[in-house]
Amino acid sequence: MRVIEISCLEVWREISNYIDGEIDADLRARMEAHFKICAHCKAIYDGTKNVVKLVGDGVEYQMPEGFSQRLYEKVKNK
Amino acid sequence: MSTPKLNVNANEAELIRLVCEGDREAFYRLVQPYERSVYMTAMSILNNQADAEEVVQEAVLKALAALPRFRGEAKFSTWLTQITINEARLKLRKDRRHLYEFIDEQQANEEGDCFPKDYADWRAIPSEELQRKQLREALKRALESLPPKYREVLILRDVQQLSIQETAQVLGITEGCVKTRLLRARFHMRDALAPGIDGSWMRGKFEYEKVRPW
Repeated sequence: MRVIEISCLEVWREISNYIDGEIDADLRARMEAHFKICAHCKAIYDGTKNVVKLVGDGVEYQMPEGFSQRLYEKVKNK
Repeated sequence: MSTPKLNVNANEAELIRLVCEGDREAFYRLVQPYERSVYMTAMSILNNQADAEEVVQEAVLKALAALPRFRGEAKFSTWLTQITINEARLKLRKDRRHLYEFIDEQQANEEGDCFPKDYADWRAIPSEELQRKQLREALKRALESLPPKYREVLILRDVQQLSIQETAQVLGITEGCVKTRLLRARFHMRDALAPGIDGSWMRGKFEYEKVRPW
């Protein structure tokens, strides 16, 4: 199958959808072919994928001390 | 007779029935598994602990009052998240401190293309680096620097792992809009965290080659 080329700009536009598996097989094949020949887009893709992982693993908001208890009291005493 | 609750599991359905009969404890048991995630949602919008806690309490009480009208078209957690988002936005609007940010956002053009600012290749950051306080702080700062509308999409998708469809539903925006904001949020985070921009946490034995095509 001949893969039609894709520009860097189009690749950037779709990088997030590519990571999420939100693109069709044709576009996926074109992007994969592009990553093989374009180190810059590959770097952007790797970095963005890394961000998704870092955010997923590393972002946490500590609930304030006593949060659950106060919520429970609110509900009970309403 | 109430309408069948489509997206509610048996345990939740039973708790909802008890709540409708006046059992407050049952309501807390219904909400408790989601308290952390709704707190996070509120934080993603408000970025302030005390405000987020207040908003969660208000949202939970609103959910209690509205529960008899909950029909299970969405999952209970989605419905509760939606109420929390509404409350958080109300609070934002009430506190005029976000007025300017809000205006800026309205003027921002969401149609145009979004470019990654830096081409540094930093694929090699290992997850163990997360143990380092510096990286956690860099993450926190990067997140705080995101405009709220991007932060909320990023938290719902990449932290709370909601689907694109669920994210669109709770935020009341289209799926296309979720995707656009997510791309921007991820690029912004990438730019903010890339070594060399704010890469003090990455000095030492790690060397990153800058790749600048232009």
